[in-house]
Amino acid sequence: MNKPLSFLAWGTVALFGALAIGVVALRRGEPINALWLVVAATCCYALGYRFYSRFIATKILALDAKRATPAERLENGRDFLVTNKWVVFGHHFAAIAGPGPLVGPVLAAQFGYLPGTLWILAGAVFAGCVQDFVILLFSVRRDGKSLTEMAKEETGRIGGFIAYAAVIVILIILLAVVALVVVNALKSSPWGTFTIAMTIPIALLMGLYLRRIRPGKVLEASVLGFILVMLAIWGGQWVSQNSAMARVFTLSASALAILIIIYGFAASALPVWLLLAPRDYLSTFVKLGTISLLAIGILLLRPTLHMPALTRFIDGTGPVFAGKLFPFAFITIACGSVSGFHSLISSGTTPKLIARETQTRMVGYGAMLAESAVAIMAIIAASVLQPGVYFAINSPAGIVGQAPAAAAATISSWGFPVTAADMQALAHSVGEQTLFNRTGGAPAFAVGMANIFSHSLGGQAVMAIWYHFAIMFEALFILTVLDAGTRVARFMIQDALAHVYPPLGRTSWYPSILATSGLVVAAWGYFLWQGVKDPLGGINLLWPLFGIANQLLATVALCVATTIIIKMHRTRYALVTLAPLAVLVAITFTASWHKLLDPDPRVGFLAQARALAGGPETSAAARLIFNNRLDAAVTAVLVAMVSLVVIESARVWIGVLTGRREARMKESPFVPTRLVMEEQ
Amino acid sequence: MMRQLIAAARIVLTVLREVFDEASYARFLQRAQIASSREAYAEFWRERAQSHGRRQRCC
Repeated sequence: MNKPLSFLAWGTVALFGALAIGVVALRRGEPINALWLVVAATCCYALGYRFYSRFIATKILALDAKRATPAERLENGRDFLVTNKWVVFGHHFAAIAGPGPLVGPVLAAQFGYLPGTLWILAGAVFAGCVQDFVILLFSVRRDGKSLTEMAKEETGRIGGFIAYAAVIVILIILLAVVALVVVNALKSSPWGTFTIAMTIPIALLMGLYLRRIRPGKVLEASVLGFILVMLAIWGGQWVSQNSAMARVFTLSASALAILIIIYGFAASALPVWLLLAPRDYLSTFVKLGTISLLAIGILLLRPTLHMPALTRFIDGTGPVFAGKLFPFAFITIACGSVSGFHSLISSGTTPKLIARETQTRMVGYGAMLAESAVAIMAIIAASVLQPGVYFAINSPAGIVGQAPAAAAATISSWGFPVTAADMQALAHSVGEQTLFNRTGGAPAFAVGMANIFSHSLGGQAVMAIWYHFAIMFEALFILTVLDAGTRVARFMIQDALAHVYPPLGRTSWYPSILATSGLVVAAWGYFLWQGVKDPLGGINLLWPLFGIANQLLATVALCVATTIIIKMHRTRYALVTLAPLAVLVAITFTASWHKLLDPDPRVGFLAQARALAGGPETSAAARLIFNNRLDAAVTAVLVAMVSLVVIESARVWIGVLTGRREARMKESPFVPTRLVMEEQ
Repeated sequence: MMRQLIAAARIVLTVLREVFDEASYARFLQRAQIASSREAYAEFWRERAQSHGRRQRCC
């Protein structure tokens, strides 16, 4: 395209983007169409990718298509493999897209659709995509090394150790919080519980089919698994209508938590091919299909957003989770804007598959943009609900009351009218007994998604099927995260224990497998149990802790990236990673301060412990006091660890900039590529 | 147009085959110079159980 035409085209995109953001940000008092969010997001992503990522690629990273990547130099046909860029993109996206970009934005919608939307767009373009892109490239230039190895080599041993410890803590909190989302989605729901329970034998069947009947035919087995899952959803309706069966599958939150803990242990100890891998395939199959379907549904239906741009709860009095807009909206939405966890994937499998350095831009920056688009879809799904319905689903009984009439009256008194009859009708239409107090984000997302789907495909008659399809879709990949995360944490602990007693490091030695699996499951199981027993629904307690932990990991990743950029003598461009790092430090440290020391018992862990200590002395109160103090200690330890990484990194930067420290990097030496140059 | 659609469908299928490990199984068979069978698939998993088990899945 010639220059004037290109200028005109991109100028038009910028104008459209500005107009759409203007409408999203400034329209008050009347509902807007979801397409405005779609247009704003599309334009921001296009501009971010075309200009910002290109600036980073050329000015800072100096991507070199002639430099051989580890996939080429170390190719072994297994981990290191030259792979088509679209295949790597699909692989990377499938690994980074989990339940986070769906649940976080739904929870943050309590502030209205505007804060979440702006944070998703700006956070992704200027922070999340940048983190994923630069960490991927730096790992490619270091033979596909992990974040913890890069932290150790570039910022020192403290950085490496803290990155390792942070990953373990984050994994444990993550696993607890996602398990809690499943518990809250399935409690007292025989239909949902039956469907999810059936995915376990279906995954086992797929494993056996692949092993015994049609070895290696994974796509075939996934299609078969998908058909069986659809039958399970259909069968779930029958289960919910049959009183004897419904009784069996109507489980309390505590019972579900125990079952999930047992499942987590079994999944970690069983052979990979039998349960983990087939479930992973099935989950990916459903995930990619459903996300595409949701995007098509939104574009076809063009729904109206009923949630206001801003709600009264920006003052911190929200029922979904406590805390003011800043910093809590920013830690609630992590995966759709900036997620430290992605840096583990960008320095895990992906760098070992990249054929050209120049492809890191599309894979690292581009896949994160796609994930951010998923988060925008989640905001839309939550915001198409009437606000009263949204708050009725997401507010814990501890705040709005247990009885439907009382809950409806409380929510209506906030200015979001809803009646117990409306909620009963909605619950009936989706095949549930009640939708009150279904905290965790998943049920609200499922209702929103069912709403969108049923208006585009099948009408109200299939609303219940779509709702349970959405619940199954979320629970399926949450359980996949649970399987994979428990096993990854187990391997990390085994690696560490091998230094103490070498046999403990053997990943095929059953005493070690059982002991370390038990340790990991006990750790996340404890936090899960804490969330289940929390009178405010647990999400209020655990999601902020998870958000803080996840973004503290992003802080570590950006420290490593900034250190490398300074060592590359690109200091004048260091703001590209330093600015998001500063924002994340401000967000996470402020959030941690609130969670530790805020005098409001709904926000501060220690304030809640004090409030409970002042009340009647019961065993439940004693347990809650202990849990709050434990959560405070975890937060404090995380912040202290990350502070050390920031200080250690700053020492390296100052040393390099003042010439007192050698700017030595641990990059692999340049080797020219032997691959035929393809069009980039 | 039709050619582009076919090319796009081919890429999608390639992505799916890679994501679902079919392609890596095919590479394993080629590397080991063996035909697909129960035993070959079991051997394939013995070789890659560790690396697959370490695959992170984000939240």
